[in-house]
Amino acid sequence: MNMTNYTPGNHPDLPPPAGTVGPMHWLRSNLFSSPANIIVTLIVLWVLYKLLPPMVDWFFLDSVLTGNNRKECAAQGDGACWAFIAERFKLFVYGYYPEHLRWRIDLTVVLLAVAIAAVLWDRFPARKYGFYYALAFPFIAAWLLVGGAGLEPVPTSDFGGVMLTLVVGVTGIAFSLPLGILLALGRQSELPVIRIFCVTFIEFIRGVPLITLLFIASTMLSYFLPPGTTFDLLMRVLIMVVLFSAAYLAEVIRGGLQALPQGQKEAAEALGLNYWQSVRFIILPQALKISIPGIVNTFIGLYKDTTLVSIIQLMDPIGIGKQSLASSEWFGLSTEVYLFVAIFFFISCFGMSRYSLYLENKLNTEHKH
Amino acid sequence: MKLISKVFTSLAMTAMAAGAAQASTLDDVRAADELKCVVSTGTIGFSSTDANGRYVGFDVDFCRAVAAAVLGDGEKVKFVPASSAVRFTVLASGEGDILFRNTTETMGRDAGLQMTFLPVTYYDGQGFLAPADLGVSSATELDGASVCIQVGTTTELNLADYFRSNGMSYEPVPVKDFDESLSNYAAGRCDVLTTDASALASTKAALEDPSAHIVFPEIISKEPLGGAVRHGDDQWADIGKWVVNALINAEEMGITSANVADLVASADSNDPGINRLIGAGADTKDFGAQIGLDKAWAVRAIQAVGNYGEIFERNVGVNTPLGLARGTNALWTDGGILYAAPIR
Repeated sequence: MNMTNYTPGNHPDLPPPAGTVGPMHWLRSNLFSSPANIIVTLIVLWVLYKLLPPMVDWFFLDSVLTGNNRKECAAQGDGACWAFIAERFKLFVYGYYPEHLRWRIDLTVVLLAVAIAAVLWDRFPARKYGFYYALAFPFIAAWLLVGGAGLEPVPTSDFGGVMLTLVVGVTGIAFSLPLGILLALGRQSELPVIRIFCVTFIEFIRGVPLITLLFIASTMLSYFLPPGTTFDLLMRVLIMVVLFSAAYLAEVIRGGLQALPQGQKEAAEALGLNYWQSVRFIILPQALKISIPGIVNTFIGLYKDTTLVSIIQLMDPIGIGKQSLASSEWFGLSTEVYLFVAIFFFISCFGMSRYSLYLENKLNTEHKH
Repeated sequence: MKLISKVFTSLAMTAMAAGAAQASTLDDVRAADELKCVVSTGTIGFSSTDANGRYVGFDVDFCRAVAAAVLGDGEKVKFVPASSAVRFTVLASGEGDILFRNTTETMGRDAGLQMTFLPVTYYDGQGFLAPADLGVSSATELDGASVCIQVGTTTELNLADYFRSNGMSYEPVPVKDFDESLSNYAAGRCDVLTTDASALASTKAALEDPSAHIVFPEIISKEPLGGAVRHGDDQWADIGKWVVNALINAEEMGITSANVADLVASADSNDPGINRLIGAGADTKDFGAQIGLDKAWAVRAIQAVGNYGEIFERNVGVNTPLGLARGTNALWTDGGILYAAPIR
């Protein structure tokens, strides 16, 4: 070995010993660290080897992107017939919304993105006005989508597909959070009337499945209303969805409220804050922070529950898919349709859960254990 | 699943009183300027949508015909897609004005559920499809088989009857709709698929290897499919009934969407029967007025969708993927059993 002399203190750092860095080390410490691990790794590799190539073939290599019906698809390859999804894509996205008015949906989505950014992104420029805008957004969106007051009206029965999912999901999320907070506070109120009302409401809604509430909204409600009154079906569904998830959110937030030490409230009182001030500045910021995982959990559940509307004559992506499957050109391609819908929901829900993680980390002001 | 459909059915029954108390359906439809027509959430050939979201199909065309007769425009239909379990509740609650949803007319539905059925638009029957390698060539050999069935349908009840009367047992695999039943069958979760014969041929064609499956010769039930309206509004029921009859009679008389306008113009030289149907000719009685409509009601229906034969050939006939022959659904003059009451 070639010996080199260094002045004291100038010895360069030596590379770490072989076998403790690099891909080989990672493999050895993560996949082959013990006999049990080696067996599990080998089994997983074998399963992947068996599963992955056919899946990749079906999804990509053998899939067919063009064609006017299932026969043409089958003639070109054995894989997925994405031509079907391609032909129906607009139907999946816009539902039955009149074609010449679809720019209104596009515009609403852009405005929604801005509103979400204003609420969720803390470096949004002029964020205070962003908040006001986000508060006004549901009403702007309703005007754009339904029309009236200068815009050509569109009946809500033309809503469908992804657009319907977003309408139900975003409305549910936007309106159920404030309602849920009020219910949670009301449940802990010292005024018996408010407390009993909130407890009854929450327990009633939680005791009934959403599907039942939706069914009541869609068919039974017309017996309770005076004859001749028409009450938009989508509106009824939205109200039910908001009430349903508000009841669940109320319980999630109550968990956050109860996790707060009593001293916080007493300290707020000692400072001379009145009830609403202490709720706004002391109680809620801490309670909501604790409740974030549960709140997002409820939101994701609500978002996925929007598919239930397909049993009450509203056409969400699954309803559109079922209807498309009955077309004589494409009959029998259910795998493609359900995968497409599943991918759509996965992307949306995964996005929500990642944001929740980011938010938890950002708001985590305590020491991590 | 069975329980769910029972709950829905009883809801439909309790709903009746309120339904009957409503104002005239014709007035409601006119006031709304649209016909709310209950259709299937997707049945091949009978109700589905094209790439632009426009409803197409055999049942859909009857909805359009009624809308054309009543409102003057076959496009003024609001389609209400309903699953088989909730279809009668949807109609009874007033969420729909009329139902064309490949629905079998039965006494229980007519009297018990208080529907008024319109004339039969399609005579169907229940059959079986099974893989050839099951080694069975007749439905009588199906003892012990697992069967995919749609809940809340007459299919489900027929199947129970058939197996009981032949002293056989089966294992039901309940599914919600036909598409689910097809995917379960294709995945091998049930040995046998049963549904109306009209759907079996297309189902077989949609499978990966059609030659590996056989349709049994047995037809185990009568399935007269037709439209329905709520009990208690006879005028509205008459409108539905006579629109269907007019379309069948139009085929019998050779009136098509192409020649109906010419026939109206040449009223003087027409057969009097044709004139009564199309409301033309100076001394022809105005039958439209008897159902609360005008003289040209049937003309508009025929112009919108064509006569019965045109509707059949366009949606389910031999040149469509379904490829159904007229068979029992031919006119009585052609050896079928389609026999509409005359307009006179």
